[in-house]
Amino acid sequence: MRTSLLRTTAAAALVATLSVAAPAWAQTTLTIGMTAADIPRTSGQPDQGFEGNRFTGIPMYDALTHWDLSSETDPSVVIPGLATEWTVNPDDPTRWTFTLREGVTFHDGSPFNAAAVVWNVEKVLNDQAPHFAPDQVGATTSRMPTLRSASVIDDYTVELVTSQPDAFLPLNMTMLFMASPTHWQALYDAVDASVTDPAERAAAAWTAFAADPSGTGPFMGDLLVPRERFEMVRNPNYWDPARTPTIDRVVLIPLPDANARTAALLSGQVDWIEAPAPDAIPRIEAEGNVIYSNPQPHVWPWQFSFAEDSPWLDRRVRHAANLCVNREELQVLLGGYMGIPQGTVNEGHPWWGNPSFEITYDPDAARALMEEAGFGPGNPLPVTVQTSASGSGQMQPVTMNEYIQQSLADCFFDVTLDVIEWNTLFTNWRQGALSEGSRGADAINVSFATMDPFFAMVRFVSTQTFPPVSNNWGYFGNDEFDALIAEARTSFDAAERDAALARLHARVVEEAPFLWVANDVGPRAMSPAVGNVVQPKSWFIDIAPMTMAD
Amino acid sequence: MLIFTLRRIAYTIPIMLGVSLVCFALVHISPGDPLVSILPPDASVDLQQQLMAIYGFDRSYPEQFIRWLSRALQGDLGNSIATGRPVTSEVMNAVGNTLILAVTATIIGFTFGGLFGFVAGFFRDSWIDKLASTLAVVGVSVPHYWLGMVLVIVFSVELGWFPATGAGPGGSSQWSWDWDHLRHLVLPAVTMSVIPMGIVARTVRALVADILQQEFVTGLRAKGLLDRGVLAHVIKNAAPTALAVMGLQLGYLLGGSILIETVFSWPGTGFLLGQAIFQRDLPLLQGTILVLAMFFVILNLVVDVVQSALDPRLQRG
Repeated sequence: MRTSLLRTTAAAALVATLSVAAPAWAQTTLTIGMTAADIPRTSGQPDQGFEGNRFTGIPMYDALTHWDLSSETDPSVVIPGLATEWTVNPDDPTRWTFTLREGVTFHDGSPFNAAAVVWNVEKVLNDQAPHFAPDQVGATTSRMPTLRSASVIDDYTVELVTSQPDAFLPLNMTMLFMASPTHWQALYDAVDASVTDPAERAAAAWTAFAADPSGTGPFMGDLLVPRERFEMVRNPNYWDPARTPTIDRVVLIPLPDANARTAALLSGQVDWIEAPAPDAIPRIEAEGNVIYSNPQPHVWPWQFSFAEDSPWLDRRVRHAANLCVNREELQVLLGGYMGIPQGTVNEGHPWWGNPSFEITYDPDAARALMEEAGFGPGNPLPVTVQTSASGSGQMQPVTMNEYIQQSLADCFFDVTLDVIEWNTLFTNWRQGALSEGSRGADAINVSFATMDPFFAMVRFVSTQTFPPVSNNWGYFGNDEFDALIAEARTSFDAAERDAALARLHARVVEEAPFLWVANDVGPRAMSPAVGNVVQPKSWFIDIAPMTMAD
Repeated sequence: MLIFTLRRIAYTIPIMLGVSLVCFALVHISPGDPLVSILPPDASVDLQQQLMAIYGFDRSYPEQFIRWLSRALQGDLGNSIATGRPVTSEVMNAVGNTLILAVTATIIGFTFGGLFGFVAGFFRDSWIDKLASTLAVVGVSVPHYWLGMVLVIVFSVELGWFPATGAGPGGSSQWSWDWDHLRHLVLPAVTMSVIPMGIVARTVRALVADILQQEFVTGLRAKGLLDRGVLAHVIKNAAPTALAVMGLQLGYLLGGSILIETVFSWPGTGFLLGQAIFQRDLPLLQGTILVLAMFFVILNLVVDVVQSALDPRLQRG
């Protein structure tokens, strides 16, 4: 009798144990193969371009403002994040007040408040702050070029100050991720006492923070194996129920080689790869995987030179080039993985502006314009474009440029390609068309992101951004454009700002300082086990609402 | 022997100094911005200058070299610009991973290379020789990154026998010698072993064939020694040269392979070097090159000493 009771009790205990353990067995893991060669920085301000923000920024950290990544069809716009609202001071438009979300805590349990915002601004802007992080400055300050300082008004109100009136600040603030000051301080205090130099102690604390990060985002850092993998687990206490993850664990693996990524997906080692090898896409789909793509806020252009004697000084020539490229045919050449641009942004975008010049394929009109400008079959216009053989966002630059070279030959252009190394091209981009490195090129082919107005337009058409200040490589600009930019920068109502940007965009398209060729569509391949995937019209994608079949 | 060894050790000191100078200079004279890994393309000139000062790149080259060398002598190779992590630990982790790969590839390559070479040399001009020589030529000629990709397609994608990428289910930090981890090692090790296998096979074949032609072998046979006894003499005579070739091959393998380690995402020194180059991460690049160069110098020293032990005539030089 006693033995029987013991057996019954043991069996009940076993059943109870198993039922408690059951959720552990059902743990879901999403493994992602990134294109990055290394784990993007995990300490709050990721490197590795926007892939870093996509995978170690947005999932682990929040910013004051967020991009809305919930729609596949609508443009991605700025929405409240850790700030619930923001206003500019009408008497002094360089001062902004951000009201913070209450009740948010960092992963270490410490509260998010105004002091935390000031601390995060100072980590990149105040080189006297004990936690100043020089390696995070580069990836941050150029994305918020006018932000100068922050101060606490009360626990949940903070004031941000800009160097000039700048209506773009709320968009820029999507890039400043909030790391936990309390957690950083604990790691700083734990640095070995033998390290006495404050800067070295701070650097050591940031290195420790990268291995054990603490933000407020929907996922929490769990394991960092440098250069190999980074694992995050779900944050069950995330403040936004709509973005509280159901996937238990996300594993990030850097796989820079496209064939290695493809093999990893096909062999079941990962569930999701970025940028699969284009020629492997039919095979990937045949195995039941799903390809997601959507035009990104990205432009693959030729940026024209407006230096003296440039062949692009005549607007008819610039229009002719834009009318002479059959983008639909190029799209087929790229296996369909290319968007067709109508300008820097496309129709339907708040900054569209309905320009009077339509970017389309009309070779007859292009030839007529060229003949008007004095060129013809026996008198082609020689132009040189500097490009790279590869590079982030460059898609397939040589193939695409050779196609354009061939297309433009039909419209009396004689195109020479100057193919150089990617980082050198990048350096030249900042140094301008007149620099030695540009070797007399009349155009440069560097793709760019169009997430915010500064990066999309202002830096290319302002007289204030001539080289080496920023990327107005071709020295395009005049009083009209400077006035349009000033109007946009000082329109603090979002609708008014967008209207001003639309006017600017319309004039940019009409003046055509670019040959707009393509939008990247950011193809990514996922196992059918990954559900609830929304690929927005953005460089980013939200992992938090995704699901993973067991 | 002791004097020879001490003299060889003394020779390595200026070599090491020269290597450190060359690796510092090579990295600095190549064009490009040393802060490219943390500076965006549109960074202002002010920001660029501010960070140059913070990282010490605004100092003169001799000053930078002396600071770097003095810290390196204390085992501190600085911090990676891109990640902020100490270079010494990054390089040592990578060296550990490459050692696992290189030693496995060495065992495969030297065993089969030696075997093929010996058999081919012993049965010279027979069909066994032709088969072994063909395999050796293929091994030397086939591009190993191509072979790696083919192996991945066949054994990972199609058959699903081995993983396509990585150094274990939880990364190399949790490495252990169990099947879960060894599965990750098979394809990169086989790929890596092919070239040394071919080189060792061809070297051993030529050595064995040459030694078998020598008069002392005829003498040994005339004394009535059986093939087994002759073989022992052939091995002893072939060993110093074969060992030198193997030492060099081991040195190459320890240097890692950017291509193989990239194809298989194996986190070794080649993979690290590739990342340091593409990110233009100067401290990491300098540190990795320095450590690899030192390995090579030390390995040559060991090979010289072992060779001279096997063939005392070398000590006279």
